[in-house]
Amino acid sequence: MTFSDPNLYDYWPYEGRPKITWPGGKKLAFWIAPNIEYYEFDPPPNPKRQPWPRGNPDVTGYSQRTWGNTVGHWRMMDLFDKYSLRGSISLSVGLIDHHPEIIEAVAARNWEFFSHGIYNTRFSYDMSEAQERAVLADSIRSVEAATGQRIRGYLAPALTHTERTLDLIAEHGFWYSCDLFQDDQPQPLKTRTGKLVSLPYSLEVNDVIAYSVQGWSPDRYTDILKRHFDQLLKEGEQSGTVMCIPLHAYLVSQPHRLSPFEEALKHICAHRDDVWFATGAEIAGYYRDNFWDMAISDIAARGGARPGTGFSGPEREAGA
Amino acid sequence: MALPGDYLDYPARRHGMDNPFYGWEPAALRARREPACGLKAAATIIVPLEFFPLDPPMKPFRHPGAMVTPYPDLRHYTSRDYGNRVGVYRLLRAFAEAGITATFAANARVASRYPALIEAVLSAGHELAAHGVSTAHIHHEGLAEDEEQALIDETRLALPDAVTWMSPARNESFRTPGLLAQAGFSICLDWEADMRPLTLQTPHGPVTALANYNELSDFRLLVERAQSEDQWAQQIVEAGRSHLSLFGREGAGAFAFVLTPYVAGLPFRISALHDLLAGLKALPGLQILPARDAVAAFA
Repeated sequence: MTFSDPNLYDYWPYEGRPKITWPGGKKLAFWIAPNIEYYEFDPPPNPKRQPWPRGNPDVTGYSQRTWGNTVGHWRMMDLFDKYSLRGSISLSVGLIDHHPEIIEAVAARNWEFFSHGIYNTRFSYDMSEAQERAVLADSIRSVEAATGQRIRGYLAPALTHTERTLDLIAEHGFWYSCDLFQDDQPQPLKTRTGKLVSLPYSLEVNDVIAYSVQGWSPDRYTDILKRHFDQLLKEGEQSGTVMCIPLHAYLVSQPHRLSPFEEALKHICAHRDDVWFATGAEIAGYYRDNFWDMAISDIAARGGARPGTGFSGPEREAGA
Repeated sequence: MALPGDYLDYPARRHGMDNPFYGWEPAALRARREPACGLKAAATIIVPLEFFPLDPPMKPFRHPGAMVTPYPDLRHYTSRDYGNRVGVYRLLRAFAEAGITATFAANARVASRYPALIEAVLSAGHELAAHGVSTAHIHHEGLAEDEEQALIDETRLALPDAVTWMSPARNESFRTPGLLAQAGFSICLDWEADMRPLTLQTPHGPVTALANYNELSDFRLLVERAQSEDQWAQQIVEAGRSHLSLFGREGAGAFAFVLTPYVAGLPFRISALHDLLAGLKALPGLQILPARDAVAAFA
């Protein structure tokens, strides 16, 4: 039995929503999310997805990703320092053990960490509830032990989920999920417990989509980032928007790409008067404190509210 | 395995078309067509309003926008849903600013799930067309006639006033045009066989096909081909210019193209969308019309 509609959130037309204003009267909340991932050299199989497209070992795929940690990530930190940007790190938590030097360098900059699973080669598909809980507990415990930070965000490893993933995140005291791409503004998620916000993660301008899926050139990626930012900033006058740039050092930090990418950062950072530069937890926390109730009552007033919570609503319909 | 002995028999090999719906009328050899209303060229914008369920059947084939990764593919479910929640409202805003009307082709499931969206489309004066039940309900020859009829009936019930039809994924069985005529649809956006409205003759009366150029679809150019936003906009404007340039020789023409809410409605595509609409509007003699009005102009 499957669900046609996950029922994780309600329909909420973009037009006519009540106004969001970010701290300081800012129109756009901007956050930047480097994924610091660890891909295993010899990962175990998963029944739903093969970790490496060529099978184990996949030396080009694997070594490009280790290049990201050995070289690429350090270049990215230098670039962010130049623009005084704080990243929100989507972390393969296992990397803490492999590369503590990266964790120290990030923590020293007062960047935020959130969990991206243990390894990006361990997928959620077919995990038992106990296994999913173990991943979350490990994530919270390991980051806290290494940095003192209590993580508040989650992006499922390799964007793989089960029907219970969002409920478990909420139950473990997380504030935000980066897993859903239905909007350019945050929205409360319908979980059994907790207060979990769907935080826009702007998948369409993720460097994986740009370089690995769409095959854009570095200049085109920069052009698209500028256009994306300009449009969301303009709309932010009506009601505050969110833009994220999700990044991967093994892609964007490549020698032929980082300099064109800098042009996008330069453009965005030239709008400091209108933009709130924040981390994931800062945006989600502010939203939870100021706009959570407003969103729920507006959705209800406009007739969008449906009963139930994620994967438990009335929409169950086998095979559509 | 050997091919059957009749493999090289060609029962339909004769002058003209091998389909029962329209005849052979080469562009260079037919009469000019000059509508009484003075129209020189019409461009129709089609906006599909689609529901992509999280658990789609992959038969008879995977809908081009359907889920990609194993269940539950929240990534693609929410990326498609973005169109109905956010992207389509950007398109509506851009159309209002440009002062144009379009044809919004809705799945029955969108009409029942998102009545506020249907209301927004109608109150802005756009044409509401029917687009089948959902992306999980593709019409194809493997369906029995009563199964296909049930899909059309469910759609008709949800969209009682629609005169224009587009099939999910623009796919049909051999009998689809006839069933559409029988259900009271007079315009179809699946076929793109001509550059002027083309009458499909069916056992249940005529249906007019307005050419919906797949090679101008945003999904095709921007998602499947990864062309640039500016190239996409320029090609559509060029299609309009080309239609107009033939007016002297061949008379009026008409074409349609698709703007998909989850593709064209993304923030980084809106400036190119404005360029596209401005470029079409700047062509003297070209009118941007909903399908219903474009076809009526040729009547």
